[in-house]
Amino acid sequence: MNKISWRNDAYAKVTGKVKFADDIKFPQMLHAIPVYSDFVHAKIKNIDTSAAEKSEGVVRVITVKDVPGVNRWGQIIKDFRIFAEDKIFYNGDVVAIVVAETKALAMQASELVKVDAEVLPSILDPEEAMKPGSLLVHEEHGTNIINQHKVRRGNPKKAFEKCDLILEKEFSTQTIEHAYMEPEVAVCNPRPDGVIEVYAGMQHPFSTRRFTAALLGVPLADIEIVGVPVGGGFGGKDDTIAIVCARTALAAKLTGRPVKMSYTREWSIRESYKRHPYKVYYKMGLTKDGIIKAVETKIIADGGAYCSVTPWVTWRSTVQCCGPYVVENVHCDTYGVYTNNVVTGAMRGFGSPQMNFVIESMIEIASEKLRIPSIEFRKKNMVRQDSITITGQKLDNHKVAMEDVLDVMLKESDYFEKYKKCKTEIKEDEVYGIGLAMSYRGMSLGAEGVDFCAAIINVQADGSILLETGIHENGQGSESAMCLILARELGVKLERIRYRKPSTSNIPDSGTTVASRGTVMGGGATVNAVKELKKIIFEYASSKFECPIDELEIRDDKVFSKNKTAPFEEIIKGMYGERIYPYAFGVFKAPKVTWDEETGQGVAYFSFTYGCQVVELTVNKKTGKVKLLNAYAAHDTGKVANESMTLGQFYGGMAMGTGYALHEEVKSTDGKIKTLNFNSYRIPRATDMPEMKAVLVQNPDPNSPSGAKGIGEPTNELMAPAIANAIYNATGKRFYKLPMKIDVKKELEVLQ
Amino acid sequence: MKLIINKKEYNVPDSYGEKRLTDYIRDELDLTGAKNACQMNACGACAVLLNNEVIKICHVLVKDAEGKEILTIEGMENPDGTLHQLQQAFVDAGAIQCGFCTPGMVLTAHAFLMKNPKPTREQIRKALQGNLCRCTGYQQIIDAVEMASEYYRKN
Repeated sequence: MNKISWRNDAYAKVTGKVKFADDIKFPQMLHAIPVYSDFVHAKIKNIDTSAAEKSEGVVRVITVKDVPGVNRWGQIIKDFRIFAEDKIFYNGDVVAIVVAETKALAMQASELVKVDAEVLPSILDPEEAMKPGSLLVHEEHGTNIINQHKVRRGNPKKAFEKCDLILEKEFSTQTIEHAYMEPEVAVCNPRPDGVIEVYAGMQHPFSTRRFTAALLGVPLADIEIVGVPVGGGFGGKDDTIAIVCARTALAAKLTGRPVKMSYTREWSIRESYKRHPYKVYYKMGLTKDGIIKAVETKIIADGGAYCSVTPWVTWRSTVQCCGPYVVENVHCDTYGVYTNNVVTGAMRGFGSPQMNFVIESMIEIASEKLRIPSIEFRKKNMVRQDSITITGQKLDNHKVAMEDVLDVMLKESDYFEKYKKCKTEIKEDEVYGIGLAMSYRGMSLGAEGVDFCAAIINVQADGSILLETGIHENGQGSESAMCLILARELGVKLERIRYRKPSTSNIPDSGTTVASRGTVMGGGATVNAVKELKKIIFEYASSKFECPIDELEIRDDKVFSKNKTAPFEEIIKGMYGERIYPYAFGVFKAPKVTWDEETGQGVAYFSFTYGCQVVELTVNKKTGKVKLLNAYAAHDTGKVANESMTLGQFYGGMAMGTGYALHEEVKSTDGKIKTLNFNSYRIPRATDMPEMKAVLVQNPDPNSPSGAKGIGEPTNELMAPAIANAIYNATGKRFYKLPMKIDVKKELEVLQ
Repeated sequence: MKLIINKKEYNVPDSYGEKRLTDYIRDELDLTGAKNACQMNACGACAVLLNNEVIKICHVLVKDAEGKEILTIEGMENPDGTLHQLQQAFVDAGAIQCGFCTPGMVLTAHAFLMKNPKPTREQIRKALQGNLCRCTGYQQIIDAVEMASEYYRKN
């Protein structure tokens, strides 16, 4: 077995045998589909389902009237309408679901559902929506401002007076789609014992269970979310799939039959939440010797029609609003705002890709104005060991590896030599540029959420081992990472270990598999469960070997004392003979974090990770086309559990960041999304990506029991600024807006 | 009507002729390796081989596949049940994450390597440009195809 690239699901996936939700069938299964309306913002007068109900093969048409439990739910504000009530809030609102014998018959009937509504003016611009007197999206909320976060540090106003240079810029970023290859699919099976089983690819089974139980008006224990493989998530398989599951479960409950709801790509893009588009006003004050003295920033995030996790996303933007730089005077105001646009929520990076684009652009603008080389400028200002962050947190409980990753990147990419080539034509019409960006990132949820996770190790009588954690396999290889950590920490062969198919009816609520927290939290819980397990095994082994407990160890699949040794399975067999279960429950509670909402000060995260990326590219002078030549990334990954999967997170994150920088945009007209499939929503293809080089800088994190840091998101948040800086270095064209498209007609002089 | 899938003959009622091939093999034959992801010939998740040519079968009707040799991911393994060398290369290179694009990716690479067993990495990228993957950034997929090419040169 090649340990370096081991995955427990590789065989199942490479043979196509793995069963995603859409591949699952039950006897007598019905098919449900969502029904949308043409409206963006409207007052519903009537939903007429009578014709649809009579249509061939239709078993039931379900609307809000059929909801036995709570129709409004959400992780923060309970404003999601699982079924539309008296209003349409955005074009993805579902007014009904049609349940029929086949999907085709359901589709046929769905055409017959008629929605009579009075059109209301749409609120589509978040800055307009924030103004007092604006029409309200949710009247009961009293304002369109979903949330506000602040940082109040020092006195920027005073500090600006003493600055030699003040820069004020506006940036904006676009709405983007996760584009997981697997659209939302839920299969719900009502069991004779009254429990409804839910099969769906998702990142947050426990939240999905809450959505579902609430809609059905049943206890949590009556819903079992069974883990199935996820065909890509990237933060996107949380609220929307939870809602799809809840609706499907209701259909199963009301019909008494298994029901599948399988989304088309068009429905998925229309309804599912997106990455927040940001408007950022950024003012930076500097001294002539290159010290950032003050930052004042206003950040406006379009939250769309429902809250989702907008307060958490924008909190990270707030905490990280100055990038990995020490700034003594900071005033930050961040707003999440309701509009009638598509809902926005969690997506890989979670409020950081927007801000890193802003900050790493500002850094280069400032350094050029001050005539200080940008790397030297970064080194003057960046966080170092024991630095104080803008939220007043001292970085003293882990290795601050900012300079390490920067230096690694400079060397690996040969940055300084290549920088000299910038603006030269390396091929006919192709001008060259190299660009760099760096960041730090708070690990896991931070003060935005309750952060703990469970693991269960159940050693069988023959010495084989079942492992389960509360972290969910999203495709990133979390189950494999947990197995590898268990084998390493317990000192046994990987072949002994099977990851138990997870279920919310077995493992305690461990939160969501987001925030790059999978390996940190699940690995942490696994390590702590190993500690418990060892206590149990050693207590038995010490009596069998007649030795003190502290003499015992497990390695190479054997249990050792000073003088004696026994195979692992022999000890386990002996334990069962003595009526001792080698079974352990482990918990990892993230170290304490603090936050003061008024001052925006506190220990925001229990640790940080550090990253730097470099991009080489050319810009075609005639066409404006950007071609990436090479990309490099160095991140402090902490102790790596599975090297090739860690590399996969690097490359995948960089590709997604490339799409964000150059290609992707969810385009809407009057609140209706036009880019509903992959013909118009363009994600990076193999030919869009350059060769990528990844460097793992491994400083085991003392705050993470397995030593791991999270890496899925850091790799995603730096490509846009690195590309922006490379384009600037190639052409002199500075972008303040994503995606970056060079309009040769307008910008010809820049390129000539 | 007869379909030949993975060297096995299937008798297909004529009434299925107008059904999309993806739906037919998934729903009726339980060959679920081909995925529905865009259903408009834009992503490659449903790619299979028809007479050794890569075809995205979400826009192919059952009747149009009649008489052609269809190879789906379920027919990729070696006769002894071990992984085909190309599949093994995907495993070894760490080319698999969520696995949703993997069947289409493997089959597309297979058709390509049969024609060009000595490709450059740039040629591999071109060959795979019709197959979308959101997880991997393609890097390790290209590594896998490159690793496997040696096998195609020898066989």
